[in-house]
Amino acid sequence: MAYDKFDILTSTAVPLPIENVDTDQIIPARFLKATERKGFGDNLFRDWRYNQDNSPKEGFVLNNPIYGGKILVGGKNFGSGSSREHAAWAVYDYGFRCVVSSFFADIFRNNCLNIGVLPVQVSPEFLEKIFRAIEADPKAEFEVDLSEQSITLLATGEKEIFDINGYKKSNMLHGFDDIDYLLNIKENIREFASDRPL
Amino acid sequence: MAVKKTLFDKVWDSHVVQQIENGPDVLFIDRHMVHEVTSPVAFLGIKTRGIRVMYPEKTFATADHNTPTINQHLPVADPLSANQLKALEENSKEYGISYWGLGHEKNGIVHVVGPEYGITQPGATIVCGDSHTSTHGAFGAIAFGIGTSEVEMVLATQCIMQTKPKSMRINVEGQLNFGVTPKDVALYIISQLSTSGATGYFVEYAGEVFRNMTMEGRMTVCNLSIEMGARGGMIAPDEKTFAYVKDREFTPRGDAWEKAMAYWSTLPTDDGASFDKEITFDAQNIEPMITYGTNPGMGIGISNGIPMAESMDGGVATYKKSLQYMDFNEGDSMMGKKIDFVFLGSCTNGRIEDFRAFASIVKGRQKADNVTAWLVPGSHKVEAAIKEEGILAILQEAGFELREPGCSACLAMNDDKIPAGKYAVSTSNRNFEGRQGPGARTLLASPLVAAAAAVTGKVTDPRELMEPELAQ
Ligand code: SF4
Repeated sequence: MAYDKFDILTSTAVPLPIENVDTDQIIPARFLKATERKGFGDNLFRDWRYNQDNSPKEGFVLNNPIYGGKILVGGKNFGSGSSREHAAWAVYDYGFRCVVSSFFADIFRNNCLNIGVLPVQVSPEFLEKIFRAIEADPKAEFEVDLSEQSITLLATGEKEIFDINGYKKSNMLHGFDDIDYLLNIKENIREFASDRPL
Repeated sequence: MAVKKTLFDKVWDSHVVQQIENGPDVLFIDRHMVHEVTSPVAFLGIKTRGIRVMYPEKTFATADHNTPTINQHLPVADPLSANQLKALEENSKEYGISYWGLGHEKNGIVHVVGPEYGITQPGATIVCGDSHTSTHGAFGAIAFGIGTSEVEMVLATQCIMQTKPKSMRINVEGQLNFGVTPKDVALYIISQLSTSGATGYFVEYAGEVFRNMTMEGRMTVCNLSIEMGARGGMIAPDEKTFAYVKDREFTPRGDAWEKAMAYWSTLPTDDGASFDKEITFDAQNIEPMITYGTNPGMGIGISNGIPMAESMDGGVATYKKSLQYMDFNEGDSMMGKKIDFVFLGSCTNGRIEDFRAFASIVKGRQKADNVTAWLVPGSHKVEAAIKEEGILAILQEAGFELREPGCSACLAMNDDKIPAGKYAVSTSNRNFEGRQGPGARTLLASPLVAAAAAVTGKVTDPRELMEPELAQ
């Protein structure tokens, strides 16, 4: 499924200063029963967000109207656990286009890139800075510039450069996905497959 | 002299269809396993694009994540689960994929049935939309979990895009102590490396301990690779591997078998090949393990106390939050903690050797009254062996029942949910908050530790219940 192009995103951010946020927190397994990619945002962080009677839990950041925006900022080792892409869908479907952390679990990072959510890995110091900036002012804005691979704290101009694989970057800038690429080289694949033993 | 290569390099390099400049490799996939939860959207994707499955004979479907573990002959009651199962069946039929649905004699957990029928082979690339696909690495295959977009890629083109991970070798040398199982070895390694210690790496397990390990033990270890962040783990194929693989339904026969074996024998890492990282552990330091927190890295030798927050590097708040969820205190001893549930099963420890180990302890004893036990075989084949070997009789005499195969309480998508606040000693792979049901508290451990808990009703060192001379 191709997705929206990603170029420059300017937004406030939602802070989640917890380490090892795993995919079962992002979306608990019992919400994976859909056969279509719809409605996962409602269950993003379900068990942190809602009590068992479905009333919102006070104190959880997504229930606090002073925070909002298209950027989610998480603690170290974000997205560990399962390969379920549903975790990335939930993040996307809720309305986030970018997740910032000082460290990402591999599969989650990959899944994000595959569906048009940009994972931005920053240094632990810069992450701290972001958390402090939001704490001081929940309306603090950030600019994520994919072409330049930078994230900037607009209030102070402080900026950090992040890494992204060149191919994935170009995909995101153009809103292409991997399948478009693979379908184009189908003949090469067929040839390669012809002398595989299995 | 040719370049020295690792096992991982050899398998990876032989599957690269194309290298994209500044980008990932296009990797050809030999075997693709699908189940009902992560495949429907992928099938929908190819339908929307108007394309077919490129090599349907290389994809295998089984229903496991969402299936009930009792009364499988009846219609599935949960309409959402039933809908996913129906989607898998219809998609398999529509695209000509072999389908082992609920009630099929070959049905079981995807990572248990793959090896059982020889779908899993050395030197292959194997993927599935489930992170514990790493299990198949036990055969010297490159096997890892993928997301649904990638499931769609494999259906459409039999390839995925992957950047080659870095390589790590983990050696465990020496002899394992009495009562220490492959599960303990894996939990020990994860506790030493943390849940992100191997992120970005593909691991090869080597050394005496893995050489001596059975194939099922190797599967347990490779299964848990993902819990230290690794993309996957693998073990070089040897005589044990070949003996296991021989004569299974999907393995080569006759000349093809000879040829395959000759090739597989060339796969082990060359002497002198280099790894990006190499770590060695001493088997003597490993005890039966148990976890006390909410990630698989929070494990300790069963007779140790829960570590103090200050001794953790960083993340004190996260650590305390985790203990709070478990309602444990720093410094507590795990031994003697009362438990409510025992879960024996999952693709980590749901094979016949796991049931044998469990039965060796419960034999002649009785299930504790305060314990609800769910014993769930990984597949119908395992279930049949449990019956044939007389293990079922032992379990029943001790007051246990056997359920029908599936993932069950490993991820609690079906009705097998541990209630909020209850403690479960579980042989599965994840103790995340709510993994086994909202509010459930999971203690990960081996089948031996689970058995000891099941008969005593509390966390108990299994060695106290074992005869040393029988344990070898
Ligand atoms: S048993 Fe658990 S880990 Fe294994 S395939 Fe099923 S859900 Fe995944």
